[in-house]
Amino acid sequence: MIPELALYNYWIVIALMMVGLYTVISRGNLVKKLVGLNIFQTAVFFLYISLGFVLEGAAPILTEGVEVYSNPLPHVLILTAIVVGVATTALGLALVLRIKEAYGTVDEDQLQRMDNEA
Amino acid sequence: MSVHLQVLIVVIPLLAAPLLVLLRGATAPWALATAVSWSVLAIALWLVAEVQVHGQLSYALGGWAAPWGIEYRLDAANAMVQLLVAMVAAVVLPYARLSAGREVDPEQQPGMYAAMMLLLAGLLGISATGDAFNVFVFLEISSLSTYTLIALGRDRRALTSAFRYLIMGTIGATFFLIGVGLLYALTGTLNMADLAERLPAVASTRTAHTAAAFLVVGICLKLALFPLHLWLPNAYTYAPSAVTALVAATATKVAAYVLIRFLYTIFGIHFSFGELPLSQILMVLAVIGMLVASAVAIRQPDAKRLLAYSSIAQVGYITLGLALGSVLGLTAALLHMFNHALMKGALFMALGCIAWRVGSTRVDQLKGLGRDMPWTMAAFVVGGLSLIGVPLTVGFISKWYLILAALEQGWWVLIAAIVISSLMAVVYIWRIVEIAWFQQSESRDHTREVPLGLLLPTWLLALANLWFGIDTRLTIGIADQAARALIGSAP
Repeated sequence: MIPELALYNYWIVIALMMVGLYTVISRGNLVKKLVGLNIFQTAVFFLYISLGFVLEGAAPILTEGVEVYSNPLPHVLILTAIVVGVATTALGLALVLRIKEAYGTVDEDQLQRMDNEA
Repeated sequence: MSVHLQVLIVVIPLLAAPLLVLLRGATAPWALATAVSWSVLAIALWLVAEVQVHGQLSYALGGWAAPWGIEYRLDAANAMVQLLVAMVAAVVLPYARLSAGREVDPEQQPGMYAAMMLLLAGLLGISATGDAFNVFVFLEISSLSTYTLIALGRDRRALTSAFRYLIMGTIGATFFLIGVGLLYALTGTLNMADLAERLPAVASTRTAHTAAAFLVVGICLKLALFPLHLWLPNAYTYAPSAVTALVAATATKVAAYVLIRFLYTIFGIHFSFGELPLSQILMVLAVIGMLVASAVAIRQPDAKRLLAYSSIAQVGYITLGLALGSVLGLTAALLHMFNHALMKGALFMALGCIAWRVGSTRVDQLKGLGRDMPWTMAAFVVGGLSLIGVPLTVGFISKWYLILAALEQGWWVLIAAIVISSLMAVVYIWRIVEIAWFQQSESRDHTREVPLGLLLPTWLLALANLWFGIDTRLTIGIADQAARALIGSAP
C-alpha cells in the first residue's frame, strides 16, 4: 500500500476535523453550528482511539495466549471527552431553544441584525 | 486530615453543587454557597502557607501513585492562583444575595449558586491538578458553568453571547484536547512532571510542534488574548453583575496560569521560546491587544462593556510578562494576574451596585452618582486608580515589575506600549469619573446609597487593592518564589 495511505484513519480524522470546523464557521443556523461542533469533536475522539490501537493487538482484556493488547487508556479518556461533548451539546441546544423563544429565529445574521437594532 | 486539603478544596464546592439544586428559595442556597466559598478560602490560605514552607505538595488521588494515577501537585504558582480564585469567590458570593436577587429570577437562584460552585470547583481543579488531561476535564466543568451563568442575564442578548462563547470555548477546549492527545502519543504519559522529563528527547519532532501550536491556540481562546477575544465583551456585558464580577476576576487568570504551566513547566523555556518563536508571537499579540482594546474601551457607551474591553487589554499585560521569558517578567505576569483579579473584581462589583440602584450601567446614566452614591463611586475610583497603575495601589506594583522586566531586556518599545495603554486607561476611567461627579442628572431624582450587603463586599475588594499595593510582602514573595521555580533557577 502507498505509505501515506497506510495510516488512513488519521486522514479521516483530518477530513472530519476540517468538515466540522468549516461547518461551525460557515453555517448561519445555530443548530447546524452545533452539528459542526459535534463532527469536530468526533474527529478528536477518532484521533485518540487511533492512538490507542496497537497493530494486531487484542482488546485489553486478560486472555490466555494473547501477548499484544491495545492501549485502553486513550479509550477511557475519550469516554470522558464524549460525556463532556454530550453536556456541551445539551447546553448548546438548550440555549438555542431559549434564543428561539426570545428572538423567534435561530439564524445568526438575523440575530445579529436584531441585536444591533436594540 | 490536613493531607487531604489539597483535594478537598476541589471536592467541597463540587459536592455542594448538587445539594444546592435540592434547596428551595433563595436564602438557603445563598447561605450554603457562601459558607462553602469561605471554607475554600480558609483552605487556600492554609495551602499557601504550606507551600511557602515546603515549596511543593503532592497528593495521589485515590492512593494511585503518579504517573499512573492522577496527581495533584501544588507549588507557589498554583497556590497563588487558588488563593485569588478563593478570595474573589468569598467576596462575590455574599454580594450575590442582593445583586443577583434583583437581576436573576427567584426560581433560577438555587441553580445559579450551583453553577457558581461548579465554576469554583472547575477553576480550583485546573489549578490543583498535575495531570494534563485532568486540566481539560476541569476546564470544561468551569466553561460549561460559565456559559450557563452568562445565559442567566435578563437581557436576551445574554443568550446569544452565551451561545457564541459556547462555540468558541468548545473549539478552544477541543484544540487543547488535540494538543494533549498528541503529547500523549509522543510520550505515553499525561502527568505534567513526567511529560516535562520525557519531552526534551522528542522536542524537535513535528508532532511536538503541532501539539504546542494546538495547546497555545486553545488556551489563548480561553484567555481571550487578542485576536481570540471576540466572545468576551458581550459575555461580560450581559451576564448578571455578580456573575461578571466572579468570571471576569477569575476565569481568564486561570487560563493564563494554564498557559504559564504548559509553556514553562511542561514544554520548558528552551522549547517554548528557543525552538518555537512563541515569545515573539505572544509579545506582538499582547502589545496589539493592549493598545487596540484600550482604544476601543474609550468609546464604549456602556460602563460594563468598557471594563470588558479593558480586561482584554489587561490580558495583554499578563501575556507580555510571561512572553518575556525571564524571572522578572514571569513575576510581573503572576503579580498582574493576582492584582487584576482584585481591581476588576472591585470595579465590576461597583458597577453591580450602580445597576442595583439605577437599573443600568450606561455611561450617560451615571450622571450625578458621585454625589448620590459617594461610597460606591469612591470604590469605583479606587479600582480605577488601580487599573491605571497609580502608586499605593496594586496596579502600580505589577506595572512597575512589568516595566522593570522590559527594561532588563532593553525593550523600550514595550515600555512605550505599557505607558500609552495606561494613559488610555486614564482617559476611559476619567470619562466615567467626570460624568459621575461633575454632571447633573436631569431625568433622575436623587438616588440613595446601596445597602451595606452590597457595599461591604465591594469595599473589601477595593481595600484589598490598597492593602496589597502597600504591603506587598505576600504577593511579591510568592510570585517571585513561583517564577523562580517555574524557570528552574530555584536556589
